[in-house]
Amino acid sequence: MDGFAHQIIAGIATGGIYASVALALVMIYQATHHVNFAQGEMATLSTFIAWSMVEAGFPYWIAFAATVMLSFLIGVLVERLLMRPVQNAPVLTHVGVFIGLLLIVGNMTGWIFGYTTKVYPSPFTSSGPLMGGLISAHELGSTAVTLVVLTLVFLFFRYTSLGLAMRAAAYNPRSARLVGIRVGWMLALGWGLAAAIGAVAGMMVAPVVFLDPSMMTGILLYAFAGALIGGIDNPLGAVIGGFAVGVLENLAGAYVVGTELKLTVALAIIIGVLVVRPSGLLGRVVTSRV
Amino acid sequence: MTLHRRALLTGGVAALALPNIAPAQEAPGVTASEIRIGSTNALSGPASSYSVISRCLSAMFKRVNDQGGIAGKQVNFIVYDDNYAPPRTLEQTRRLVEQDKVAFLFNQLGTPTNSAIHRYVNQRKVPHLFLATGADKWAQPQEYPWTIGWQPSYRTEAQIYTKYILEQRPQAKIGVLYQNDDFGKDYVNGVRDVLGPRFDSMVKLVSHEATDATIDSQIVTLQGSGIDALACGIIPRFAAQAIRKVYDIGWKPMMFMTNVSVSGSIVMQPAGAEKGIGLITSDYRKDQSDPAWADDPGMNEWRDFMRRYIPDGELGDNNYTYGYGAGSTMIQVLRQCGNNFSRENVMKQATNIAPLEIGTLLPGVKVSTTPTNYHPIRHMQLQKWDGKSWVRFGGVIEGANV
Repeated sequence: MDGFAHQIIAGIATGGIYASVALALVMIYQATHHVNFAQGEMATLSTFIAWSMVEAGFPYWIAFAATVMLSFLIGVLVERLLMRPVQNAPVLTHVGVFIGLLLIVGNMTGWIFGYTTKVYPSPFTSSGPLMGGLISAHELGSTAVTLVVLTLVFLFFRYTSLGLAMRAAAYNPRSARLVGIRVGWMLALGWGLAAAIGAVAGMMVAPVVFLDPSMMTGILLYAFAGALIGGIDNPLGAVIGGFAVGVLENLAGAYVVGTELKLTVALAIIIGVLVVRPSGLLGRVVTSRV
Repeated sequence: MTLHRRALLTGGVAALALPNIAPAQEAPGVTASEIRIGSTNALSGPASSYSVISRCLSAMFKRVNDQGGIAGKQVNFIVYDDNYAPPRTLEQTRRLVEQDKVAFLFNQLGTPTNSAIHRYVNQRKVPHLFLATGADKWAQPQEYPWTIGWQPSYRTEAQIYTKYILEQRPQAKIGVLYQNDDFGKDYVNGVRDVLGPRFDSMVKLVSHEATDATIDSQIVTLQGSGIDALACGIIPRFAAQAIRKVYDIGWKPMMFMTNVSVSGSIVMQPAGAEKGIGLITSDYRKDQSDPAWADDPGMNEWRDFMRRYIPDGELGDNNYTYGYGAGSTMIQVLRQCGNNFSRENVMKQATNIAPLEIGTLLPGVKVSTTPTNYHPIRHMQLQKWDGKSWVRFGGVIEGANV
């Protein structure tokens, strides 16, 4: 019984990682109606940027803020330079660009910063291990950060006119254009915000899993499963989904299918949700009149 | 008179028909003045830190050439970059064998890369010698007689840990945490080799995937199974996680870590140097920074070589001591060949090395092979992390006979 509780707590700690990345996935989906496969690699690159600033002697939170802003700019630039020229192309073209971006950003990160494991500091420290070492001060702190980001995202989309304009641009670009919304810039803004949230996620994940260029590769898949469980267009759902995947994965790995099939659990969740309830638990069911 | 001339002609034809009368001239990659040897290494890309091995080997062959070569022939060591990408390895190896017509291949880097050419070189019967990888699959004299490794395999390493565990606590319950691929499974096999029929009752196996975010769940499972000794076959990022987690949850098993994941700067510092105190690993090389070897004749020979041939080489990089050991083994095999560098004879000599001591290997660790033993190095010594560095203890331990 003890072991069971421990698996759940360890699952919540890992789930926090998935939740923060899932939030970034939802963000870009809200703003552009695409899922960016390169989200993980872009977040890793951002984390390396933050790492070099910390190494250069900048205080943690300065490096944090600078990285978030820089990542926002990188996101906007990617949209302007890479996505905009293909904006009217079929969705397969976009997928191609995302995959290309994944490879380019991933390899570039390795080329610039090297492939050896690096330590990224945590701003949250405690004098001793909490709950018998099952959860660290950092994991608690980063969960709090995820919740703060979630609240901000919710408030932004729900209560600001810019948020409303972004949603409009994503849902119905033509009508949005007709009421005077600059759709192109809304998309760029969406990319920027998603990259910024990704950077926060990366900086929260790195102290737990250690920083290297492939840090996010596996995490992105679990995060995607989490985002789908909650509903790919619902930030709260994505966070809940992320935690759920972390716990489910641990319990299934420890008691049901064994550790060899842990990754398969995530894939089964993705397929299961898409087949049974494509909009996710909290997602809106979209019906369109034809 | 006519008879005499006919006999002469017959003899001439016979000489043409039987080229093995003069093997030294006819062997591929061997001329009167040169022996061509081929290799591939990651001269660029993610694994390029290993490229110093090729650098070390090239310098060693240069020293051999400066001293008059092997049987009067100069060694021409050709190294191509494969970027650590298996398709490139195959391409470059074919180039070495088919265009450059090398006599044989030596010390190519990496497990996935060598796997890509394993079948090819064995079909073409090209000696594929002393590979720079710790996988156990290079020791299959029956199926792949032309391929042989060099360093102790991961499987040998696990055998050594298991022997030590049994010596300390004969009834121990052993946990094995391994990455679910060839690398990790070598550790499982090594433990099984030693325990035999007791394996199922004494061992708890827990695997993880390279794509997992964390291995916290696996550690919690192992702790809950009442493990006394934990052996880990995992890569550096997860090694750091495992060391940290085991410490954080207040668990104190006798813990063993694969010697590819024990670097001070890449694993121990990230995990927290004090969290790893008591962790056990193994080595077969002398560590340049170990004060015990400050005045050691073997290491001084290596230092002298470094000073003269690789003056800008980083002495602390143990890839140089590795390269020196592999290179010394190769040179020994070439000297054993006499003047016959045919592929058959090179392979025969490579698999008949009488116990050979090399200056950069720990005392008691010897290189030896036979036509049925394709594990050149089978001895290692354990070492323990004291919070700052690795400290050797006990004598050298030999892997199990399988």
